[in-house]
Amino acid sequence: MFRDCIRAALVTLGLVAGPVWAEEPFIVVQSTTSTQNSGLLDFILPGFEAETGIEVRVVAVGTGQAIKNAVNGDGDVLLVHSKPDEEKFVADGWGVERFDLMYNDFILVGPKSDPAAIGEGSDILSALPAIKAAEAPFVSRGDDSGTHKAEVGHWAAAGVDPTDASGTWYRETGSGMGATLNVASGMDAYALTDRATWLSFGNKGSLEILVEEDPRLFNQYGVILVNPETHPHVRANAGQRFVDWLIGPDGQAAIAAYTLEGQQVFFPNAGD
Amino acid sequence: MHDFASEFSKALSLIFERDSELWSIVLLSLRVSMFAVLISAIIGMPVGAALAVARFPGRRVLIVLMNTLMGLPPVVVGLLVYLLLSRSGPLGVLELLYTPTAMILAQVVLVTPIIAALTRQVTEMLAEEYSEQLRSLGVSRLSSVPVLLWDARLALVTALLAGFGRAIAEVGAVIIVGGNINHVTRVMTTTIALETSKGNLALALALGAILIGIAVAVNAMVSTLSLRAEQEGLRHA
Amino acid sequence: MRDLVSEMTTSLQARELQIQSNGKTLLDVPELTLDGPGPTLILGPNGSGKSLLLRCLHGLITPNRGQVAQDGTLLNSDHKARQAMVFQHPVLLRRSVAANLDFVLKRQGFGWTARKRRIVELLAEGGLEGKSRQPARSLSGGEAQRLAILRALALKPETLLLDEPTSALDPGATQMIERMVLRASTRGVRIVMVTHDIGQARRLAADVVMMQAGTVVEHGPAKQVLVAPKSEASRRYLAGGLIT
Repeated sequence: MFRDCIRAALVTLGLVAGPVWAEEPFIVVQSTTSTQNSGLLDFILPGFEAETGIEVRVVAVGTGQAIKNAVNGDGDVLLVHSKPDEEKFVADGWGVERFDLMYNDFILVGPKSDPAAIGEGSDILSALPAIKAAEAPFVSRGDDSGTHKAEVGHWAAAGVDPTDASGTWYRETGSGMGATLNVASGMDAYALTDRATWLSFGNKGSLEILVEEDPRLFNQYGVILVNPETHPHVRANAGQRFVDWLIGPDGQAAIAAYTLEGQQVFFPNAGD
Repeated sequence: MHDFASEFSKALSLIFERDSELWSIVLLSLRVSMFAVLISAIIGMPVGAALAVARFPGRRVLIVLMNTLMGLPPVVVGLLVYLLLSRSGPLGVLELLYTPTAMILAQVVLVTPIIAALTRQVTEMLAEEYSEQLRSLGVSRLSSVPVLLWDARLALVTALLAGFGRAIAEVGAVIIVGGNINHVTRVMTTTIALETSKGNLALALALGAILIGIAVAVNAMVSTLSLRAEQEGLRHA
Repeated sequence: MRDLVSEMTTSLQARELQIQSNGKTLLDVPELTLDGPGPTLILGPNGSGKSLLLRCLHGLITPNRGQVAQDGTLLNSDHKARQAMVFQHPVLLRRSVAANLDFVLKRQGFGWTARKRRIVELLAEGGLEGKSRQPARSLSGGEAQRLAILRALALKPETLLLDEPTSALDPGATQMIERMVLRASTRGVRIVMVTHDIGQARRLAADVVMMQAGTVVEHGPAKQVLVAPKSEASRRYLAGGLIT
């Protein structure tokens, strides 16, 4: 009763504040900035919405925050890129099942002047120690996002601990990919980024791609329906339809069809 | 470095192109912030005026606290409102997270202390002037609140504008509780943050210019209206 | 047995009134009864405690010691509701002239038509016809004080207390105020008015309370106090007043 009264009062407020409780069903997707900033979601979602009448509301934050929000029950579907965390999310009972969705790749960008003399190549494990040796500025996300986790993994694999140099040549922005690229562009620094964000990024300055096509820079995205048994309010039917659509032929084709500057940036691999 | 002159002229042309999506974002910003200011005024003005006239132990502490709350960091407010409205939070069942109502709520928390504190300042001076006369007329301290609010109406318009300025320009709170969802909770400031993170500095700048333009327009409109109201007051009533 | 006059108008009594501040006695009035038929003028130099006494009689200031009574009972909120006070500097609401009057009429619960009619009457009484829509704070000093008196009269008070209402006004404006006060007095309103203007006391007073250094030095019929004062202090004040 009490809840209904509050709802009614707030709906009245909502009427003035805009069509908040639209008639058509919707789902909330907790996703990462890379899928939104690259324009992928804006490209593929209209197809799903037209087909099903389900509105998809995307909250784009870092992978770490997206997972925490989903744990709190503030989303119906989780679409992120940090496989170990995703598997833990499901194992802990927060998600129903994890599906591979697509991949893209990370690239190392840096200033044309290339103070660490990396040269253009495809070996991240030799590039990172060169940056450390030159103490050339490197900008890290530092925000527990999927990209940040990947970057930390590559430093470890290269046998270098950059956190000792935090605040000197190693700068952690604690921000999203775009904000981090803005910093790198502003201070002519190296940075690890996903290719999609890079291609759609409009403020490259003197930065260019230095390391790419290293198999280790492979970046897998997964999609998970938030568990309606732990969070009964989850819009499980609509959410499941979205997951099914994404990993089904229509969604996979839509992902493959998205290009930036003539390049395909996300590669569907749900069936693999 | 960028040539900011050319960026800015690009920005200006974006404004005059009148992109319909952009204008719906502008309208949502205005609706959310105006509604937030309205609610804040309904709460903050009586509270401010009551604090100006009431005498009770702890009043000074309350005033200092209220003045401090004027500078609440929006991110902190956003976080508090998120924790409140999150599915795991006490008000999760209301399903308000990621809605304009959540953004209004966050802005109300930010703006109410501003309106209350400015109202207290304005009405306290007036209360001092009116005190003996109102007591002589048998008006008690608390029932003098509406009298003071009405007689301070012109100065209170400034308090409203200060609150509106804070609400419309704020990004830290609305991006957390609104989620910056396209067509649902995307407002001017969150769009600016998004476009900046995409490196689309020209568009971000254009939106910034519109935001400033709106602020100027609202200020001009309100001061014209209150001026006209004052002149009407000379002729009627 | 009460006499006829005190049947008609209220009486005000002060007993053992004392106000102290920082160890200094600002007011010390052992006994004062105001029950004569005409206006009472409280006369004395600046700082003699006239305004303090007036505020005590109106209940705006609670004395450190002593009591104020009306018609034999301690001053209560009923009494205060039937008193009105006019201040030296009129405090007008930031509204139109009419709205200043409407404010007190509305508080008394009058309906809309009754208020309208009463406002017209009052404005005529104060010579403010045609100014009803003007912002009260744009009035001249004399007009503003007349409006303040009208607002006090709108309360239909039994007692009207005035604290040097003409001290900042020119002779013409002063004369208009004095006429309003006399008219109210003849209608049976008890007038208690503070002034330092001996001429004003001569023109208005039925009885005069002469104050000096926080205390009442003489109280009696105007003719006696102003013409043949008994106390040395009164004599000196009147002599000084005649010189200036």
